[in-house]
Amino acid sequence: MADSACVPSYAPAVPATAVTARHSALVRVTHWITTLCFIALLVTGAEIVTSHPRFYWGEAGNVLTPPLFKLPIPASRSSVPTGYGYVLRDQNGWSRYLHFQAAWVAVLTGLLYTISILFTGHLRKGLLPAQSDLSWRAFATSIANHLRFKRPSAAEAWSYNVLQRLSYLFVIFVLFPLVIWTGLAMSPAIASAFPSAVTVLGGQQSARTIHFFVSVFLVLFLLVHVLMICLAGFSRRMRAMITGRAVTPMERT
Amino acid sequence: MNNISRRKLITAGLAATAGASGLAVAGGMARRYGLIPPDHGGIYGVGETLTYAAQRILTRHSLAREFPRSEISKTPFANGAAPKEEAFLRLQHGAFADWRLGVDGMVARPASFSLADLKSYPSRSQITHLACEEGWSYIAEWTGAPLSHILHKVGILPQARYVVYFSIERDWWDSLDMADAWHPQTLVTYGMNGGELPVGHGGPLRLRVPRQLGYKSVKYITRLTVTDDLKRFGQGLGSAAPEGGYAWYAGI
Repeated sequence: MADSACVPSYAPAVPATAVTARHSALVRVTHWITTLCFIALLVTGAEIVTSHPRFYWGEAGNVLTPPLFKLPIPASRSSVPTGYGYVLRDQNGWSRYLHFQAAWVAVLTGLLYTISILFTGHLRKGLLPAQSDLSWRAFATSIANHLRFKRPSAAEAWSYNVLQRLSYLFVIFVLFPLVIWTGLAMSPAIASAFPSAVTVLGGQQSARTIHFFVSVFLVLFLLVHVLMICLAGFSRRMRAMITGRAVTPMERT
Repeated sequence: MNNISRRKLITAGLAATAGASGLAVAGGMARRYGLIPPDHGGIYGVGETLTYAAQRILTRHSLAREFPRSEISKTPFANGAAPKEEAFLRLQHGAFADWRLGVDGMVARPASFSLADLKSYPSRSQITHLACEEGWSYIAEWTGAPLSHILHKVGILPQARYVVYFSIERDWWDSLDMADAWHPQTLVTYGMNGGELPVGHGGPLRLRVPRQLGYKSVKYITRLTVTDDLKRFGQGLGSAAPEGGYAWYAGI
């Protein structure tokens, strides 16, 4: 049953581990599709930004307008003053094609995931924090454990703690919808059909600026997410998200 | 076990058949209602088709936002240099008095319009946003004759599906589906911010398509061709943009 590769060689013939079902097939498949889309969106998004690494607030802005801020990077357009003596190659064509294709796959996958977690009870059982965990004491304990780099208990190998639950909920129900909304608000056609979706954000350039910041937050989430997996046991966590089974050391009784 | 796997096999087979026929029906419907863009081939074709189909379902008749005069950008950015073509320089030397816009293809009465002709038609002025695919933008007031007025004048044939338009700059051409061609805000533009359309912004004549990104608003237009098939133009992808790696539909 238990994969011997994860068991130290000095372990007895019958290792003291338990194999429990961790992630459902749907969670695993949508997780990895989202991972691929995320990488595609991040790379192409960065490519698109290099064609105009300046950000504005309001409806309109261009190289003749004072920017809100500039990224200290070279640009792929000679019309943008960057201070660098060279111009990067134009990658916007395929980047835009792939950005929108990956966005379609990500949004459809996200819809499938969101609808299914409502029906399977994963939202209630796996993501919404228990009432008892929503106290300052529970937060403080969880934060203190994180700060001390305390290895997670066996129970946490098959369930999320309160901080994890809140971060996943924030990403799924705040950052993802916001990045989709601000992305669509940059489209002139979408703006024509749903003008208030743009004006509420402060204009099309504001939408672009917010889109950039939400992407930065999503990248920060990704970095912390991967760091946490490394700290908690990379191969065990990866195996759980690939095979669906969690192998945990038995607790001493 | 054998029973279960047979049942699984039958279910999977039925699901695959249903899926395949569903896709075939969706494909047929999409073709019938003109939801497939000319650059639907290749590895990005699926995403491009989904985008164009969704936009045509959601935004067929929507109007681009128009802004108050106070929102007009003080510094509209003219991207690119004026054409260096001999033909352009000659016309510019004559203050564009001899500039013509030819209309041919699937029309009852092919015609050629001078700037004076175009300015004598009912005009429309609108303050709209011009956004470049790079990320920058400006707001300006554009004045011109609605393309729909020109199309009425030449009498387009019922089988027409696209209007192709050509710049005096070689290798710059594009096309619109009929939803955008008949759209009231699609303007054959000769004026900007109350004056003549400056050369930097496409003067003397630019086709402004405010529901799409800037590169769809081709500058220095000299000819329109009405057609039912884009395969006959260039590489058959609908415009010069996909030939350079950019999407034909630029509403997003």
